[in-house]
Amino acid sequence: MGTIFHDVVHILLALGLPPLLLGVIAKTKALFAGRAGPPVLQPYYDLIKLFQKGSVFSTTTTWVFRAGPVVALVTVVIATLLIPLADATAPVSFTGDFVLLAYLLGLGRFFTASAALDTGSPFEGMGAAREVTFACLAEPAFFLGLLVLAKLSGSLQLADMLGSSLASHWTADGESLVLVLLSWFIILLAENSRIPFDDPNTHLELTMIHEVMVLDHSGPAYGMILYGAALKLFVFGALVVRLAFPMTGGSPWLDWPIFVGGMLVVAVVIGVVESIMARLPMPHVPVLLVAACLLSGFGIILLVR
Amino acid sequence: MSESLVLLGIIIAASSGVPGLLLGRTSMSGQWVTTFLAVLGAGLGLGGVVWFWATGESQPVVLPWSIPGAEFSVAMDGLSAIFLVPVFLISLLGNIYGLGYWKQTEHPKNGRKLRLFYGTLTAGMALLVIARNSIPFLFGWEIMGLSTFFLIGTEDHKKEVREAAWIYLVVTHVATLSLFALFALLRVANGSFALAPLRENSLSPGMATAVLILALVGFGSKGGIMPLHVWLPSAHAVAPSHVSAIMSGVNIKMGIYGLVRITSFLPHPPREWGILLLGLGVASGVLGVLFAIGQHDLKRLLAYHSIENIGIIVMGLGLALIGRSSNRADWVVLGLGGALLHVWNHALFKALLFLSAGSVIHAVHTREIDHLGGLGKAMPRTSFCFLIGAVAICGLPPLNGFVSEFLIYLGLFRTLVDGEGTSFTGASFAAPALALIGALAVACFVKVYGAAFLGTARSEHARHAHESPSIMLGPMGVLVACCFLIGLAPLLIAPFLQQGIWAWAPDLKDSGPRLTMLAPLEWIAVMGLLLNITVLLGGVVLWMRLRRSVVDEGATWGCGYVAPTPRMQYTSSSFAQMLVGIFGWVLRPRTRQPKELPLFPGETDFHSEVPDRVLDDVLLPTFRFGAWLFSWFRVFQQGNIQIYLLYIFLALIALLFWR
Repeated sequence: MGTIFHDVVHILLALGLPPLLLGVIAKTKALFAGRAGPPVLQPYYDLIKLFQKGSVFSTTTTWVFRAGPVVALVTVVIATLLIPLADATAPVSFTGDFVLLAYLLGLGRFFTASAALDTGSPFEGMGAAREVTFACLAEPAFFLGLLVLAKLSGSLQLADMLGSSLASHWTADGESLVLVLLSWFIILLAENSRIPFDDPNTHLELTMIHEVMVLDHSGPAYGMILYGAALKLFVFGALVVRLAFPMTGGSPWLDWPIFVGGMLVVAVVIGVVESIMARLPMPHVPVLLVAACLLSGFGIILLVR
Repeated sequence: MSESLVLLGIIIAASSGVPGLLLGRTSMSGQWVTTFLAVLGAGLGLGGVVWFWATGESQPVVLPWSIPGAEFSVAMDGLSAIFLVPVFLISLLGNIYGLGYWKQTEHPKNGRKLRLFYGTLTAGMALLVIARNSIPFLFGWEIMGLSTFFLIGTEDHKKEVREAAWIYLVVTHVATLSLFALFALLRVANGSFALAPLRENSLSPGMATAVLILALVGFGSKGGIMPLHVWLPSAHAVAPSHVSAIMSGVNIKMGIYGLVRITSFLPHPPREWGILLLGLGVASGVLGVLFAIGQHDLKRLLAYHSIENIGIIVMGLGLALIGRSSNRADWVVLGLGGALLHVWNHALFKALLFLSAGSVIHAVHTREIDHLGGLGKAMPRTSFCFLIGAVAICGLPPLNGFVSEFLIYLGLFRTLVDGEGTSFTGASFAAPALALIGALAVACFVKVYGAAFLGTARSEHARHAHESPSIMLGPMGVLVACCFLIGLAPLLIAPFLQQGIWAWAPDLKDSGPRLTMLAPLEWIAVMGLLLNITVLLGGVVLWMRLRRSVVDEGATWGCGYVAPTPRMQYTSSSFAQMLVGIFGWVLRPRTRQPKELPLFPGETDFHSEVPDRVLDDVLLPTFRFGAWLFSWFRVFQQGNIQIYLLYIFLALIALLFWR
């Protein structure tokens, strides 16, 4: 059981599992609404179908519009290499890797929003503006949470910061970790455009955030966007799972199933949140994000007081 | 040898504009001669720097001078070398760019003046960077300040240009005044005008505080640290673009150089210095980018980003100072290494952005972002250069801005981790602030890039835009290449940064950790390459897929509306509106809109702007109050020379009795 085995499982899981999470969320929401809902594997079928379809491009667009989906997908794919999964190691791990993680997502955001503006559509401009605005408040909250983990672990590598040693800190400094967990879960919802920030199923362009940015994409490019969004959910979900459940059983046959189970639980929780909450009015979104910053901020203050 | 080369470069650069004055007004010959000389001088200067790096030798040049206490003494060290590179590089590229952008045949009135002062500006900056005595330093400083004044005022027939130049002149004089006081204090402590490290305990705490405050006013106002930035936005906006490039890329770094040099003189700076600088850096960074988001003027927006980036550099310097007073070598290495690298990086990508903005102005003749749009089709190369500059300034991988911000992040996070010395958690709170700055910068540059280069043209001028000549695109291409080089091969430049760090803190040379040990630069290179390769790969995959499937063209989706017009696009102001609203309590935007509309509304308009609060709300009222306060002084001003002589006589008598 060398590291190569771990890395292979890591990459396969990171590339294969994400669409399932979307399926689980949809299924949970359907159950809450008393419907049968689409099959859990529906997102996979959607992706396969989209990759086979033709596309329509707006005449106003340039190469930036086509580069948007590519960069957005590639950045999250590389980001999955940095995230520690079940055995608390990652294929790529070095001092300060979390900065690269955050900035890779930033690069993806830059190109997704630019691609949206390339269409010259007022709706997509609106969505791009919202996306970059809300990210401005989510980013500090993420880094405040990282401060807590760096302080606790004494390390600047995600693999150690979210490693199994975190388990012992849950007993000593649990209050800080609870605050960070809450804060990061809010960021997960915001960054992945879930309710209460954004409704991925809404049908009114004016009220969307992420979906409206990709209105003009179609076919394989749109497939890349959907797949990238699923991977992004996986990245944030993995962070939350590692934070909430850092224990390792010692055997990979135990650790990997536990991790996958944790991811499915996160998906179910997102589904439950989406079922029991309404989305916030747009002006209230920044308030919730500032609250996420404050939660993490109090987390670090509790540690260093 | 390296000093001689640099001095020769300085002399040639300083005189590069003189032959042009004698040659014809309406022919290009003078410009070619000047550009040749400027390139030669800058090349010699760069050669001197390379010589220093290659051999590590420094042979100070010391000449006696008739000014009491002063001597003409110049020398090279790691810090000077780092700051000389942008001085000569950007000057060289700017001069070549000028051949296409500010042709003598198109600007017969002010072309020769511009090039004369471009040369003296380069010479002044290079002189102050290698000076080892306060007096030549101040000479370089004043040459720089006055040259910049004339450069800002290139188009002095316009009122806004004269006003911007005038504000700059006031600020630069205040800066020079406080530098006089600063160097006088250092002379008291050191016994000479030599710029050399101070002896232990030669400064009392009170004097040390005075030194810091004078240095902050003198160097900080040149560097554009909030709230001393007032001259910067309008000056950068009205100057010709290659002048803005050297002002923003290099000129304001001279303020940083001064701060770095002065702080290197104290072996044990008080910890409060570092905390103060870190705080000022955070304030400049966040406020700079916030004000940038509210701007409509392309170059004014870029100018506010200079304030932001100066903030990031000052954060690194503050961290290094905290490390110095807490005996944490790792904070010094990461903080100062990040700051020095960001000096280079900002010089590269900001010059690139200003030159690209110049290319846009050359084609469209407006700086209003909301009058641009769709330029990516007519000016693909300029558009690409601007995009690279935008990604780099946001600190995104795989470009150079990421590397320097990465170093500063690492240093800030290391304040949490106990090492051999003490930990200092307070500094780590600057890390989320840096994250906020980064995210705001992304928002701002998506706005500019999207509104100016993407979508469709918003005005008649933008519709008829054309690509700039290759003499302008060449220098921009060089800067693009530099951005990629530092981003993908940071290990190449680490030795130069290390020499700069050792020049600042010589005691680290023997025992301290190295930059390459503290920061995984090789991983940045690997991940950067991986990112580039996978993006290319992904592009190829999409391209193949699109080639094999049905691809149609149609209008942009507008909820079924099939005749979209350019006016329906989201404007840059709308894009920024949400952020300006969230941070309205500090930005205080001014809007003008109709109060209430009648039953059948006629034509109406909406206007919003984010003016500079420090200038408009603090300084101008203060100056007006001062002018009112001192108006009573006019009683003494009779305009009669006998009365003035009487004043002198009375003052002398008073002094006699006072003794």
